[in-house]
Amino acid sequence: MSLSNDRISLLKYYLSIFKRSKQGVIGLFIIIVFMLLAISAPLLTPYDPLKLGSPDELLTPPSLTHILGTDDLGRDIFAQLIYGSRVSLLVGFSAAFISITLGSIIGLIAGYVGGLVDELLMRMTDIVMVLPALPLMIVLSALLGRSLVNIIIVISIVGWPYSARVIRSQVLSIKERPFIEAARCIGAGRFRIIFREIFPNVIPLMIAEGVLYIASAIYSEAVLSFLGLGDPMNISWGMMLNFAFSSGVIAYAWWWVLPPGLSIGFIILGFALLGNAINEILNPRSRLF
Amino acid sequence: MSKGQVKYILKKVLSLLITLYIVITINFFLFRIMPGNAVRLMFLDPRVSKENIDLMMKKFGLDKPLWMQYLIYIRETVSGNLGISFWKNEPVINIIMSRLPQTIILLTIAIIVSTSLGIILGAYSAWRKGSLTDSVILGLSLITYSIPSFWNGILLLLVFSFWLNLFPLGGTGSIGISHASLMEQILDFAWHSTLPLITLILYYLGGYVMIMRNSMLDVLSEDYIVAAYAKGLSDKRILWRHAVRNALLPVTTVTALNFGWMIAGVIEVEVVFSWPGVGRLVYDAIIQRDYPLLQGAFLIIAISVIIANFISDIIYGFLDPRIRKG
Repeated sequence: MSLSNDRISLLKYYLSIFKRSKQGVIGLFIIIVFMLLAISAPLLTPYDPLKLGSPDELLTPPSLTHILGTDDLGRDIFAQLIYGSRVSLLVGFSAAFISITLGSIIGLIAGYVGGLVDELLMRMTDIVMVLPALPLMIVLSALLGRSLVNIIIVISIVGWPYSARVIRSQVLSIKERPFIEAARCIGAGRFRIIFREIFPNVIPLMIAEGVLYIASAIYSEAVLSFLGLGDPMNISWGMMLNFAFSSGVIAYAWWWVLPPGLSIGFIILGFALLGNAINEILNPRSRLF
Repeated sequence: MSKGQVKYILKKVLSLLITLYIVITINFFLFRIMPGNAVRLMFLDPRVSKENIDLMMKKFGLDKPLWMQYLIYIRETVSGNLGISFWKNEPVINIIMSRLPQTIILLTIAIIVSTSLGIILGAYSAWRKGSLTDSVILGLSLITYSIPSFWNGILLLLVFSFWLNLFPLGGTGSIGISHASLMEQILDFAWHSTLPLITLILYYLGGYVMIMRNSMLDVLSEDYIVAAYAKGLSDKRILWRHAVRNALLPVTTVTALNFGWMIAGVIEVEVVFSWPGVGRLVYDAIIQRDYPLLQGAFLIIAISVIIANFISDIIYGFLDPRIRKG
C-alpha cells in the first residue's frame, strides 16, 4: 500500500516539474495538435488525398476551394497534409514501440543472464550498430517492397540495438541492488526477477528513450519516402516532397513544398522537446539541450 | 610502440576483419534470399545483355548450389568484383569508384567546417549560459535538428538558385565549358558546391554544438577551473586553454563514431543537388531498380564506414592516455 502511495507521490512530483518545464509543455502541445489533425482528418477536408482532380485543377495555387492548392495531378495538398500526419504518427509510434520493446527484452536478458548469452546478444547488437543506418534502411525497403508495414519493420530493425545497450547497462546496475538479492533469497525464478523485479525499474528509461525514438522514426520515414521508398497508397509528407521534387516544378509551386517540410520539422521538434523534458525529469544529468 | 599498444591494435584489426566478413555475408544473403532476389531479377531484366548474363553465370557460379555461390561470392567480392549493373551494363565497382571522390570531397569539407564551428559555438554558448546568445545558438541548433536536411536543401535551391539565380541547380561543374585555368576550374567547383556544403554543414552543426556545450558545462564545474580563476588567469585564457581543451574529447568521439550518421546526410544532400557521388548513386539504383548497383553501393558504404570507425578508434586510442597505457 505504501509502495503505491510512494509511486503516486513520485508521479505528482514529476508532473509538477513537467508543468514548470516550458519545453515539455510546448512539445506536448505540438504533438496534441498533430494528433487532433490526424484523428479528425475526414472532418477537416472533404477531399480524398489520392483522388485526381479535373484538368483545370492541376497545380493551382491556394484558393477558397483548395486552401493549400493542388499538386500536378490535381490532388488537394491540404488533404494530403492532414492525412499525412496519420502516416507520420503511425510509423513513429509503432516503430518506436517495436524498437524499444525488442531492445528492452534483449537488454534485460543480456544484462541479467550474463555470460555467453550476454556475449552473443551484444555481438549481434554491435553488428547492427556498425552498419550505416540509412543505407541499411534503404536496402531493406528496396528489397521488401513499398508498404507501410515494411517501413515500420525496417525502421525497427535498425532502431532496437541502441535501446538494448542502454537498458542492459541499466539492468547491470539494478541487478546488484539489495532488493534483487532479497527476491532471489525468497526463491524467485530468473524469469520472475527479470520481468517482475527489474523490468518495472527500467520503464521510466524506456519511456524517455521511446519519445526520442519517435522523433527519429518520423525522420527516417520522411527520408525513405522522399527517396521514393514510401507506401504509394498512403501519402506521407516525405512522399509529397518526393512528388514535388521529381515533378520539377518546385520553383513555381511553393505551396506544395513548404507545408510538408514545415510539418515534418514541427512534429520532430515536438517529440524532441517532450523527450528532452522527460529525460531531464528522470535523469537530470543526461539532458540533450 | 609499447607492447600494450601493439596488443590493442592487433585486437582491433582482428575485430575489424570479423566485422567485414559478417557484413559481406549479410550482403550476400540479403540480396539472395529476400523478395527482391537480385539473381532472379537479372534474368527478367531486359536491360541486361546476353553476354553479361553469361559472364555473371560463369563468374559467380549461379548454376551451382547456394553454399558454393556463397563461397564464390566472397572470393569475388574480396578481389573487387561486385557484379554488373543492370542499368549501365558496366561493372558495378567501376561506377562506384568514379563517384567516390566527389562524396569524399563534400564530406571532408563539411566535417571540418561543422566541427570547428560547432566547437566554437558550443563553447561560447556554455560560457555564456543563460544569455541571449546562448538561447539563440540553442534555438538554431534545435531547428536544424528538427528540419529534414533534404527539405533544407530544397529551400536553399528554391531561394538561391531559382529565385535569386545566384547558384547552379546541381552537379559539380558547368558542362560543356572548358576552363581557361585551374583556378577557374576550382572557382567553378566552389560555386557548384556552395549550397550542398551549406546544407550538409547545417545538418551536422546542431549535433556538435549540443555535444560541445554539454561537455563544456561539465568541464566548467570542475575544480581545476575554479583553481584557474583562483590563480588569477584571464577569462579568455581559462576558456580556450583550460576549458575548451578538456571539453574536446567527447566531440572527437562523436566525430569518430558517427560516420554512419554523416553518410545519411550526404545521401540526402547529393539527391537534392544532383551531386554525382555515391549517395546519388544509391538513389539512382533505387529509381532504376538496379539491384547489383544497390548491393555494391551498400557494401562499399558499409565497408568505408567500418574502416573509418576503425581508424578513428586507433587514433583515439593513442590520444586517450587511459587506453594508451592499458
